[in-house]
Amino acid sequence: MAYSDKVVDHFNNPRNMGSFKKDEEGIGTGMVGAPECGDVMKLQIKVQDDTIVDAKFKTFGCGSAIASSSLATEWLKGKTVKEAGQIKNTDIVQELNLPPVKIHCSVLAEDAIKAALADYQKKADTKAGNTE
Amino acid sequence: MKLPIFLDNHSTTPMDPRVLDEMLPYFVEKFGNAASRNHAFGWEAEEAVNQARERIATLINADTKEIVFTSGATESDNLAIKGVLEMYKEKGTHIITSSTEHRAVLDTAKSLEAKGLATVTYLPVDKYGMVNPEDVRNAITDKTILISVMLANNEIGTINPVQDIGKIAKAKGILFHCDATQGVGKIPVDVQAMGIDLMSFSSHKIYGPKGVGALYVRKKNPRVRLVAQMDGGGHERGMRSGTLPVPLIVGFGKACELCRVEMDTETTRIRAMRDRLQAAITEALEESYLNGHPTERLPGNLNISFAYVEGESLLMGMKDIALSSGSACTSATLEPSYVLRALGVGVELAHSSIRFGIGRFNTDEEIDYTITKVVEIVTKLREMSPLYEMAKEGVDLKSVQWAAH
Repeated sequence: MAYSDKVVDHFNNPRNMGSFKKDEEGIGTGMVGAPECGDVMKLQIKVQDDTIVDAKFKTFGCGSAIASSSLATEWLKGKTVKEAGQIKNTDIVQELNLPPVKIHCSVLAEDAIKAALADYQKKADTKAGNTE
Repeated sequence: MKLPIFLDNHSTTPMDPRVLDEMLPYFVEKFGNAASRNHAFGWEAEEAVNQARERIATLINADTKEIVFTSGATESDNLAIKGVLEMYKEKGTHIITSSTEHRAVLDTAKSLEAKGLATVTYLPVDKYGMVNPEDVRNAITDKTILISVMLANNEIGTINPVQDIGKIAKAKGILFHCDATQGVGKIPVDVQAMGIDLMSFSSHKIYGPKGVGALYVRKKNPRVRLVAQMDGGGHERGMRSGTLPVPLIVGFGKACELCRVEMDTETTRIRAMRDRLQAAITEALEESYLNGHPTERLPGNLNISFAYVEGESLLMGMKDIALSSGSACTSATLEPSYVLRALGVGVELAHSSIRFGIGRFNTDEEIDYTITKVVEIVTKLREMSPLYEMAKEGVDLKSVQWAAH
């Protein structure tokens, strides 16, 4: 199977690869997938004043999974929390020219974004609850 | 050193130039049909086929009359299993095979089962991928007509105790078919000593041309009979009709002769490269696990799982080395290698496996390059892996509740 140039580029030069400390202020962490399915994505966002100022990923998976999560971190940066929730897997498919057998990689990336946002929201809500 | 490097010699092999040299006259100049009995063109072709048959038979210690030419090992497997079943179905319709067979055997067995023509026992293998001959013995019923167990596995290289299985088959009067596609030409094969009644093998796995293979069919003690699966001119003693592809057969014969003459020196050289590759990789990379038998393995085979990294991404990171992976992402199916699964290798480690297949034309320089690349890419991808990070933090990955998708 031939990979698109964009997949190859993200694979060879992953953007924002790494981790934040999970308990740090403003961090949302999403971990999706399962080792037995051959892909696990960890996506983290750092939010300040409702804006995602930084994002990081680590992915166990095929080249397309790595590229999907790398691309997701690029797109997340600078977006508001609400805007980030609107990123769709189909956008990723289109940007990376993913073939049908690799669509699940983009779905996983969308799930990872949603999970990171939900985790951020949960932590923010808890914090608000505590200070009340 | 030329890139890309071919380290996928279980899938196919480059043709030996000496093989091509012998084939060339049989395309244009000596084009006769080996079945033409009445003129010089036919005689010339027949003579070439006879010489090839002799060379092939010698490699496996068979008689020339026991070699039936086919299009390749897949056809040989089909012909052996379906042909035997059709011939002996009055005696019984039970077949015994193993769970790590090539799909040419497994899918043939499954299709016969699905049509209600046979019942099949799929024997488990041990953690090294080996069939236990006692399991074969215990699976035999009074309806068993065929045992089909491979000589060496195409993914993990494990060599089965074929001789012991052959003895059991003989003692019970059951025919024994062996898919020896990966073994013939690489390790000594003797159909007499091994008690094999039918054996499939192929030319392109041993530096010969693609498109030709053979089925060994025992002629005495017992005389094995088959129902042909293709109707036609009755070539190959009525077992496989179709005009013989003379140039391919000539090449197949030459390839067998080269394997026979050079096997000892070639095995020593290939095994040394394989052992060096294995030692260097497993020393440099923690949690890299050998799949297959530690010693009873094809000399050119090395199958390793690299924990925490996925196979396809490994292959992608080593684009200038041709390799294969047991990862599902590289195939059309979503399940990772059924062979590794049958060994009891966890799904996640099956996804992380790479198969190296070293062959006649690989060099020490290529092995050095491969070692460097493998260590580099596995290290890089582990840095990128959330699983590796968790393992380093002391998280037991098995205790994590994953959301399977």
